[in-house]
Amino acid sequence: MATAIAEAADVESVEHAARIESVSKSFSGPAGQQLVLDDITLDVAPGEFVTLLGASGCGKSTLLNLVAGLDRPSAGSITTDGRPALMFQEHALFPWLTAGKNIELALKLRGVPKGERRGRAEELLELVRLKGSYGKRVHELSGGMRQRVAMARALAQDSRLLLMDEPFAALDAITRDVLHDELTRIWAETGVSVLFVTHNVREAVRLAQRVVLLSSRPGRIAREWRVDIPQPRRIEDAPVAELSREITEVLRGEIRRHGQH
Amino acid sequence: MASTETTETTSDASAKDGLGGLEAGLDALETTAVGRPPLRQTLLNKVLPPVVAVAVVLVVWQGLISLKIVDDPTKLPSPADVGNEFKDAWLSGTLLDYIWTSISRGLLGFLFALAIGTPLGLLVARVKFVRAAIGPILSGLQSLPSVAWVPPAVIWLGLNNSMMYAVILLGAVPSIANGLVSGIDQVPPLFLRAGRTLGATGLKGAWHIVMPAALPGYLAGLKQGWAFSWRSLMAAEIIASSPDLGIGLGALLENGRNASSMSMVFEAIILILFVGIAIDLLIFSPLERWVLRSRGLLVRN
Repeated sequence: MATAIAEAADVESVEHAARIESVSKSFSGPAGQQLVLDDITLDVAPGEFVTLLGASGCGKSTLLNLVAGLDRPSAGSITTDGRPALMFQEHALFPWLTAGKNIELALKLRGVPKGERRGRAEELLELVRLKGSYGKRVHELSGGMRQRVAMARALAQDSRLLLMDEPFAALDAITRDVLHDELTRIWAETGVSVLFVTHNVREAVRLAQRVVLLSSRPGRIAREWRVDIPQPRRIEDAPVAELSREITEVLRGEIRRHGQH
Repeated sequence: MASTETTETTSDASAKDGLGGLEAGLDALETTAVGRPPLRQTLLNKVLPPVVAVAVVLVVWQGLISLKIVDDPTKLPSPADVGNEFKDAWLSGTLLDYIWTSISRGLLGFLFALAIGTPLGLLVARVKFVRAAIGPILSGLQSLPSVAWVPPAVIWLGLNNSMMYAVILLGAVPSIANGLVSGIDQVPPLFLRAGRTLGATGLKGAWHIVMPAALPGYLAGLKQGWAFSWRSLMAAEIIASSPDLGIGLGALLENGRNASSMSMVFEAIILILFVGIAIDLLIFSPLERWVLRSRGLLVRN
C-alpha cells in the first residue's frame, strides 16, 4: 500500500482512513491496453461510511482490490490507515474451520496471543448476534449467518477501514434488509470506516453518509451525494426513495451514453 | 441536538430488540438440523447389501460344485475346501504371519511413499519450472503398471525387501504427488484472496490456507496411493519369491500354483482382496468421509 512517496507526512495531519489519489488502472486485454479506472481521487474520513455505486464495468471491485492491496494501481497512489479488512460477495469463510475458528484465524494472523483468541472470538460473534454459533460448521449456517460470521472475521482484523464488495448481493431481500440494519448498528458501535461497493442504488442510499457514483468504461467519478437522512433509515423511507430516484436517473444517463456509440 | 441524540438512542435500543428477534427468527427458519442416521438404518443401508452380495457369490459357487457343473477340484475347489485351507493355516499359526508379512511391507512402503510424494507434490504444484519439467512424467507414471518395475528392481537391488519397497514407491509416489497437485490446483482463488487480506501470505498462507483447502484432493491421492502400493507389492511378491523373503500373500499364491493346490490359490486371492478392502474401509474411507462431512461436501440422500 505504500505506493505513496514520503509526502504523506507533509500533508498537515489530514486524517483519513483511505486516500486514493489520481489512481488509474489498466489491464492488458485482447484489444490491447484497456483502461478500467481513470484518475480516481477519493478520501474516506475516519469513521465515515462511503458507498461506491456503479453499473457493470465501472471497475468498482477493481478499485476495492487496489485499496485492499491485492493489486497495484497503474498510476497514482493509495494510502490506508493500516491494512484494511475486506468482505466479499461470497462469504469466503474457510469450510475446514468452524465459525469461531474462522474468526480466531484472523486474530492469530494479526498476532493476538493464544489465550485471548477464544474470548475475543466469542465477543465478535455476540456483536453480530451469533452467540452460541462458535462450534458451527460453515455449511450448517444460513446465507445471512455466513455473511455475519464473515463480518465478524473482518472486524477481528481490527482494521480502521472495512472494505465491502457487494457483500449482501447474493442474499434474499428480507435477510439483506436485516443485515443493512445490522451493519448500520455495528458501524455506529465500532466507529470503523466503511467503503462499500454496490450496484444497488437504494442500498447505497440506505447505508451511506456519502454516495460516490462511478461511470463505466473507464471508471471515473461521475458525481457525489451527501446523504443527510438520519439513521436508522429504512430502505422504503420516502427520503431514501427520493434520493435513490435522483441518483438512478443520473446512473441511467451514464449507462445510456454507452449505447450511443 | 442533545434531544435528538436521546431519541435516536432510545429508538435505536428498541429497534435493536426487534432486530435481534427478527434475526433469531430468520436464522431458525433458514437452518435445518442435520444429525447422524440411527445405527439400525446404517446397518440396513450399508452393511446388509455387501453381506447379501457375498452370500450370493457363495451360493452360486457351491451350486456350481453341488450341481456338478464344474466337477474338477483342480479347477474350482469347493467353498468347504478353501475354508479348510483357512482353518489349517489358522491352526498352524501361519495365517496371521502371511497377512502380517505383506501388510507390514505394504504399510511401511506406503509411509515412505507418503514422505516422498507429499513434498514432491508440493514442489510440482507450487514451482512452475518443476511442474513443466516433471509434471507430465508424474502423470504418465501413473498409467505404467508397476509390475514393469519388478525385473529392473530385482536386477538393481536383488531379491530382498528393498526391492519390494522400490516397487511400492514407484507405484505409489506418483499417485500421492498427483493427488496433492490436483488438490492444490482446485483450491478456490477466493480462499487465497481471503487469506491474503487476513495476512496469510507465503509459508503462513501455505500452512493455514493452501494445505487445509487441498486436503480432500490429497486424501483421494492417498487412497489411490494405497491401492497402488498394495497392487505393486502383490506383483512383486508373486514374481520375486525367495525363501529369504518370508511368505507374504503374493508368495502364498505362487506356492499354491507350484503345489497345484487350487484351494491355496483361492485362499491367497481372498486374503489379498480382504486386506486391500479392509485397509481402505478401516483407514482411508472414514478419514475421507470425515473430511468431506465436516466441510458439508458429502451429499446424503
